[in-house]
Amino acid sequence: MTAGLHRPSDIQRERITYRRRQTVRSVLVAAFSTAVVGVLLYVAVTGAPGWDRVRTSFFNPGIARESFPAVLEGLWLNVRMLVVCAALALALGLFIAVLRTLRGPVFFPVRALATGYTYVFRGIPLIIVIYLFAFGIPGLRLRGTPGVLVLGGAALVVTYGAYLAEVFRAGIESVHPSQLAAARSLGLTYRQTMRHVVLPQAVRRVAPPLLNDTVALQKDVGLVSLAGPIDAVRAAQIATAENFNYTPYVVAAVLFVLLALPLIAVTDAVTLRAARRQSAGI
Amino acid sequence: MFGTAVVLDDLDLTVAEHEVVALIGASGSGKSTLMRCLNLLTEIDDGTIHLDGEEITDPRVNPDRVRQRIGMVFQSFNLFPHMTVLDNITLAPTRVHRRPVAEARAQAAEWLGRVGLADKADTYPDRLSGGQQQRVAIVRALVNNPRLLLLDEVTSALDPELVGEVLTMIRGLKTDGMTMVLATHEMGFARDVADQVVFLDGGRVLESGPPARVLRSPVEPRTRQFLSRIIEAGRL
Repeated sequence: MTAGLHRPSDIQRERITYRRRQTVRSVLVAAFSTAVVGVLLYVAVTGAPGWDRVRTSFFNPGIARESFPAVLEGLWLNVRMLVVCAALALALGLFIAVLRTLRGPVFFPVRALATGYTYVFRGIPLIIVIYLFAFGIPGLRLRGTPGVLVLGGAALVVTYGAYLAEVFRAGIESVHPSQLAAARSLGLTYRQTMRHVVLPQAVRRVAPPLLNDTVALQKDVGLVSLAGPIDAVRAAQIATAENFNYTPYVVAAVLFVLLALPLIAVTDAVTLRAARRQSAGI
Repeated sequence: MFGTAVVLDDLDLTVAEHEVVALIGASGSGKSTLMRCLNLLTEIDDGTIHLDGEEITDPRVNPDRVRQRIGMVFQSFNLFPHMTVLDNITLAPTRVHRRPVAEARAQAAEWLGRVGLADKADTYPDRLSGGQQQRVAIVRALVNNPRLLLLDEVTSALDPELVGEVLTMIRGLKTDGMTMVLATHEMGFARDVADQVVFLDGGRVLESGPPARVLRSPVEPRTRQFLSRIIEAGRL
């Protein structure tokens, strides 16, 4: 073997030129068809009879500029809620998942409650949970009832906790039983096995779906506006009512997407790395 | 019993201290199940097991504490993939036996040096060869000073050229006086290392005795049949 750059043979050089020509052709075709679809869409939308009304009602630049500060300030509330609710939902989900994996007849009531919780809160629509928490709990007139913001956040935590619990449980059950056998053989108790052997592996495995659910939570934080707190959606709602124009909603939408982009990028990167590691192992 | 299948039946086995017992038998004869019963990973349906005179199958006995005195090494190594070699080895000494971290690390490093893996202390298991992983697994079991070491077909998953390094390590353990029960297909190794060879068939001890007798002139026809197949396969 000669050290240094590999000089391709004639056959290989022919192959390279052929493939390059094919790539150029594919790119041109793709660009052309995208342009055609773009033009058709543009014509279809702007040619629609109601387009002018829609444009002024939803895409008014002046109103967009006016409502931007209020919507942005509301978004700050969404961000803070996201951080707190995500952390609490993850903790709750992990706790419930571990409860569901406890073995032995003595733990049956605990397992049953945990299972019941995940069934119920994956079934009820989040919007109803928010209404029930934000308007129902204060109705009980208990001393020290927190404000609608906390109640709305609690609704999010409780609902997402149920989904995350299932994700964690799948992760825990995916750890091979031989790992448990090895850990128990060393004399580790069930709790120690969970803490040092199973959970570290389980959480790493389900990082992609966990992140994905966090992205979903980031959107649903907007629903807390139904309970009253002035977040981005509510701020947009108020601005819309003041101006008789829907543009603030579009502003809020754009800001939500911008907020989601970093998290989505991280999620995709983690998912890709996990997938690559899976296939590399085979 | 697993469901309605009787896996181990009417089994009587005694292992003296410092003795090495080799379990041989076909797949499904109950070797692995027997080993898992010995360290209480699998619950027995009937009978008793005694370790150092104590009945460990008594329901009042805490199985976790029993397992602290027994070490087990598996066919598929079962190292913890999310921890380095050193962390794998020091997990039990620090968490279970509550020894100081520095002491546990020092002892782990010493063992690794003894088996020629000192430079692998901070590597992750997936970067090691099968033979290296298995030797780490054996060290992981040894650092807890077990009274009994169970070795369940520890070379069956290894490439032939890596089998030797593991068998050498086990030979060293015998010289150190470790009490061991090993399930193995390596008949030559069983002949060299074992004090007692036990042939399991259908969950029962069909034949047992010193290796020279059981392996060279077995009494039972089933044993003869099993061994002739092993010889054919070139394993003896």
